[in-house]
This record gives sequence, structure tokens and C-alpha cells, in this order.
Amino acid sequence: MSTSIHIAPWQVAASLVLVGLAAAISFWQRADLERDILVATGRSIVQLTLVGYAIKLIFDADTIWLVLLLLAAMVFFGAITARHRAAKVPDSFGPLLIALALAGASTLGLVVALGIFEPTPRYLVPVGGMVIGNAMTASAVALNRLGDEMADARSRIEATLALGATAREAAAPTVRRALRSGMIALVDSTKTTGLIFFPGTMVGMLLAGASPTDAVRLQLILLYTLLGSVSISALTATLLAYRHFFTQAAQLRDPGS
Amino acid sequence: MLFELREVGVDRGGRAVLDSFGASVPDGSTAIVGPSGVGKSTLLRLLNRLADPDRGEIAYRGRPLTEYEPLALRREVALVPQLPALLEGTVESNLRYAAELAGEELDAEATLARAGLDPSFAARDVSRLSVGEQQRAMLARALAQRPRVLLLDEPTSALDHAARDRIEAALAELRREHEVSIVLVSHDPEQARRLGDQILEMPA
Repeated sequence: MSTSIHIAPWQVAASLVLVGLAAAISFWQRADLERDILVATGRSIVQLTLVGYAIKLIFDADTIWLVLLLLAAMVFFGAITARHRAAKVPDSFGPLLIALALAGASTLGLVVALGIFEPTPRYLVPVGGMVIGNAMTASAVALNRLGDEMADARSRIEATLALGATAREAAAPTVRRALRSGMIALVDSTKTTGLIFFPGTMVGMLLAGASPTDAVRLQLILLYTLLGSVSISALTATLLAYRHFFTQAAQLRDPGS
Repeated sequence: MLFELREVGVDRGGRAVLDSFGASVPDGSTAIVGPSGVGKSTLLRLLNRLADPDRGEIAYRGRPLTEYEPLALRREVALVPQLPALLEGTVESNLRYAAELAGEELDAEATLARAGLDPSFAARDVSRLSVGEQQRAMLARALAQRPRVLLLDEPTSALDHAARDRIEAALAELRREHEVSIVLVSHDPEQARRLGDQILEMPA
């Protein structure tokens, strides 16, 4: 991994031609996405540039505390973003925050403890970003599904409570389906990786001049790390969030209360 | 006294579904009648604490309902909702689930018979049952817990006359032979007279 490539600003600017193409297609077919494409492009430039500077700062400072601060910020903003997709789950922020923090801390802790990566900013920042980003998507999808399922299954859940089941027992089938939908996307893409698409890390390493063997090995490590983080975050978020649908006396709360 | 309700009020979305409602429900069987929307189903859900009133007090056998542990209370005071909502699987697996929650041995055949159902029901998949059959399976599932009180919300609303008569006969026997008290919501005044020792009219 000693090789590195240099990308000049004009190369980035040239790639904007493809953004223009996307906008043109949207305009031509009246998909009404031109504004969104413009906003997305603008945001990607600003956000990635800022993050680039932040990462450079962190690499230069070479201290673990700045890394932890950055990861904590990612967890916080990740939970805020995921909360919007989990609108039907009451007070979803707490469960999401805990889920992302736990997924990030445990998977990063584990890969460092196993000696796979060194605990230095060069590894922890990019891997942490991927881990927390994927954990966010998984927990958002899981809670989105949980909200829909809890609404659909209201009468069945209440009929089960009426038998003297605990909230956990009554919600078990719903929690199971929510967890599955949070995890399934990554499981499926792991199955087809290399066949239908080349994952980002591998592409990046190949472009940067690494050997295909190294690129594949690193990609495999990351895929497995992500599987761990995605399952921990989806599990934690659903197990903490389903309780918010019930009162202390194992009653279903009124929707909207 | 089985249930005693004093000044009970329940609000839903800023509207009072029940207001200052009082009643005494003795052992035996009581039919609750009244026009739709007066809170009959809401009242039933209060009696095994699937919901709590916003105002007022409810006592079960002389003790405030809130002093009972809700899960244990629900096994003793079983509610069969109007809309059937069985768990995936067979009728027997539903009965077994309920029996295990209550710590009861399951005799599926006897339980089905007590609900006026044929033993062949046990092996049937709930997704293949008609609404009326599901309604009866729901009653059988509640009976698998050997409750002392049955709260029934329109138990025969999806049944034809023959099936209705079988359920009514089964309920009369439950009360006589097994000393199960019954509180039943019905929109049908005839059924209320047939099944209720006491009739409780909810004001419009």
C-alpha cells in the first residue's frame, strides 16, 4: 500500500460532465430531479472537502483523541439522520445513538484487538466511517420496518398481550422481521460481491495501484467487519426501540401519543 | 362483586369515549349492550388492563385493578377481541402458545370441544380458516388458559346461525360446568337476553 496517486482539481471538474448528463436526462424525461442533482453535487463537494481537511488535520496531529472525537460526531449525526427514516418509532433517537455507538465501538475494538488493523488514524478514520455509515443505514431500515410492522400488527400484538404475554413476547415476530430487513441488504450484496459489482474499497485500492491480492483481502476484511457492525446496530436499535411502543403495564401505546 | 366501576372516563384524541361511567358486574354472565361508538369495546379492554382509564377506578373482586400484576391478571381474565388475530401456524400451535403462557397442560381436543369446535380443527393452518372459524379458534385459544373470567367482544359477529347457536351453547356450558364468569359485548339484544343473567345498557 505504498503507492499513492495524485488527482488534480481539473480531473474532478471534468467529471462534472457526467453530472450534467444526469441532469440532462432528468430534464429530458421530466423526472424532476435536476434541483436535487444540483443540491447533491454541491453538498458532496462541500462535505467531502471539509471532511478531507478534517482527516488531513487528524492524520497530521496523529492523536487517538481527535479520531474518537470525529467518530463520536459521526455517531451523533448518523443517529439524527436515521431518526428521520424511523419517524413512526416514538423517541427513536436514543436507541439509534446507542446502536451506532455500540456497533462502532465493538467492531473497531475487535479488529484492533485481533491485530487486523493498527490503532492509528490512517486505519480508524476510514474504517470507522464505513462501519458507522453502514450501521446507520441498517438501523434506519430496521426501525423504519419496525414502525410499519407495529402499525400493521397492532391487533395481533394486542391479542397476544391479552393472553398475558410480555411486551417482548408479543412483539417478537415483528422485531424479528425488522432485524431481518435491516441486515438483508448487506448480506445480499456480500453474496453477489465481485460478480455483479466491485465494492468501493477494492476499486479504490486498484486505482491507487495496489496489487489485486491486497485489494481483495482488504475488501474481505471490510465486508466482514461491516456484517458485524450492521447486525449489532440493527439488533440494538430494534431491541431498544420496540419497548417505546408499550407502557410499563405491557399495554400498546396509542399511536401518536 | 366481579367488577366495580366508579366514575370511569377514557379519552381518545381529545374526545371522551367513556365519561363518568359507573357499573357493578356480578359473577355469572353479564351482557353489555348499547349503540355503536359508546365505548363497549373500550370498556372491555379496561377490564383486563389492555388499557387504563384516564379517570375513575375499577376494582376486580374488591381490589383495585392496578394492584394486580397485569400479565397474571390477563391470564385469569381473558379477553377475546372482536377481530380475530391468531399467530401464524396451526390452531393447535396457537392453543399451545396460550396454554404455555398460563402454565397449563394442553388437551387440544377437549379445549376445542369446550369452544364448540371439532377436533379436526387442531391441525388446520390459521391462514386457511374463514373469519368465523378464526373467531371460534380465538375463543378456544383463550380457553386453553383456563381463565376464570371471559371477556368477549361480539363473539358471534362473523358466524351463521348454526355456528352462533353452537357457541352460545358452549358459553352456557362453560358458565354452568366450569364456573367461568362471562362479560360479553353484543349488538344483538336477543343474544344479550339469551346469554346474560344481567344486562348492562351503556348510555348513548
